[in-house]
Amino acid sequence: MNAETSGIGVAPGVASGPVARLAAPPEPPADTGPEADPAAALERIKAALESVATELDARASRASGPSADVLFAQSMMPRDPALAERISKALSDGRSAPRAVAEAFASFRASLEAAGGYLAERAADLDDLRDRTLAELLGLPMPGLPDPGHPFVLVARDLAPADTAGLDPARVLAVVTEAGGPTSHTAILAKSIGIPAVVACPGAGGLADGDPVLVDGRTGAVTADPDPAAVQAALEAEERRRAALEAGGGPGRTADGRHVQLLVNLGSAADLEAAAGADSEGVGLFRTEFLYLDRAAEPTVAEQTETYRRVFAAFAGRKVVVRTLDAGADKPLAFVDHGHEDNPALGVRGIRMARRHPRMLDDQLEAIGAAAADGEAEVWVMAPMVATAAEAADFAERCRARGLPTAGTMIEVPAAALRADQILRTCDFASLGTNDLGQYTMAADRMNGELAELLDPWQPALLELVALAAEAGRELGRPVGVCGEAASDPLLACVLVGLGVTSLSMAPSALGEVRAELAARTGADCAAMAAAALAAADAREARAAVR
Amino acid sequence: MPQRRVTVGSRVGLHARPAALFVQAAAAQDVPVTIGKDGVEPVDARSILSVIGLDAKGGEEVVLHAEGEGAEAALDALETVLETDHDTSEKPT
Repeated sequence: MNAETSGIGVAPGVASGPVARLAAPPEPPADTGPEADPAAALERIKAALESVATELDARASRASGPSADVLFAQSMMPRDPALAERISKALSDGRSAPRAVAEAFASFRASLEAAGGYLAERAADLDDLRDRTLAELLGLPMPGLPDPGHPFVLVARDLAPADTAGLDPARVLAVVTEAGGPTSHTAILAKSIGIPAVVACPGAGGLADGDPVLVDGRTGAVTADPDPAAVQAALEAEERRRAALEAGGGPGRTADGRHVQLLVNLGSAADLEAAAGADSEGVGLFRTEFLYLDRAAEPTVAEQTETYRRVFAAFAGRKVVVRTLDAGADKPLAFVDHGHEDNPALGVRGIRMARRHPRMLDDQLEAIGAAAADGEAEVWVMAPMVATAAEAADFAERCRARGLPTAGTMIEVPAAALRADQILRTCDFASLGTNDLGQYTMAADRMNGELAELLDPWQPALLELVALAAEAGRELGRPVGVCGEAASDPLLACVLVGLGVTSLSMAPSALGEVRAELAARTGADCAAMAAAALAAADAREARAAVR
Repeated sequence: MPQRRVTVGSRVGLHARPAALFVQAAAAQDVPVTIGKDGVEPVDARSILSVIGLDAKGGEEVVLHAEGEGAEAALDALETVLETDHDTSEKPT
């Protein structure tokens, strides 16, 4: 039948095998009426809750990283005094013990679901705790993973952290869930254990025990009854990707040898060692806010120079793109009166601060210039929140006056992307900050989780602005990079290269995957992916179109 | 009654690990403490389910209340826990 369905790929890898479904837990027993001795019933329930918590503690102590964090929070839930109170109340209202447990959990579940978003995704966690408590209380078998006796693809409506944390990569080939989202525990934990996973896949409901499936945890594709040749091809492509990942190193290149600079983002002195140790061609975004925030007085030129000097020394022989201070009422400085702003994201921030405090910018440039003159790094400087060519030109002039020959602008404001041609005529390079550019393009606040879908970096409107800026750069022979979150998504990184972007800056941990993905695609592949993503109607369709 | 307005320091908000650390600290205090938001009924700070249900986001302001001997000390301790960013994952520009 070869039916393909899709969800959101949340943990990379390709796997193929027979389905085993997580059995739905039994319905809680009907209310059998008041307990003869409610106090004794409460004690039995508390013992059951404690036993569930102890088991979670044990799992948490065996787990590490994100799994341990999730289980740590979860093991506190059965011991929650407010939960015990509600159970006690239900018992005295005449409920049977199992019913009292179910109702108390349901009351907390309802408030999580009502909150929506992240909290609604936590609802499955509570169901699992309820089922475990009931199994303990009634002496029923503990709900858990299927055991068909051979490796399998685990399919479930949703998984509880306790299930996911116990996953054995030797037995579980991949995980597919109908519910959940990119921030669900299933996603976080599967990634940390290294099992390919697809969530939010409604088609998974139609998969039955024993059905052969092919799962791609990167693209989110789930193929039922796949063609053996397709399985072979998918596994081989995955093998190539892994090999490239292991063998990978050095400058980024497409399969046909086109050079794409891979750089790291750096945001504090504490991260300097890790950033410098990463296999990159330098820093694509050096955020300098840490020098200014959380302090009572402005840092002196001498103090700044010393910090820049250390960074440039660590990157001797490599490129460092310094972004000048991006502060404002959303990231206030203690020593500057920002005044009141109703909408700080649209207020006096970034380069706009230089209108009020030009000396602060000049001091920073002087410090960068002095440190650059002493070091061996290739120092580029760029301004945040540029909206007009005049701002870009003014900034470039200030840079050159302080011995900094390579001056550029961040492109985070849609106006700057639309007028990239004019802007790039006044300066030497541009770097796209896709997170802010996304926020301003979609008119969606980055802090508002409810609008996450609009802020998806795969939004074709955002990609169109990237294309405009990259095109302007190509015509003028000026580098245009990306230093937002988009650059760290391997497939999206290929799309960006296809749009004409010349460098990608990301967290050091993302370098390997991005390098490997680029190495598997030719420049023409990337261009085709870019065209497909641009032609899509929305972010979800764009993702689906490139795989 | 002693009260304290505190801004949540963890960028993920008062969920998962930051919530667990806060509830643990609240349970260790000598006096009962409640936590609320503007326009929302305060809840028992020792209840992880209630605290998570508050849905306090990173940067949002919450209100702590405590009563009795040692109330100020309890509020001091919990304020520190709330203000700390317990989430250390990188958030690019």
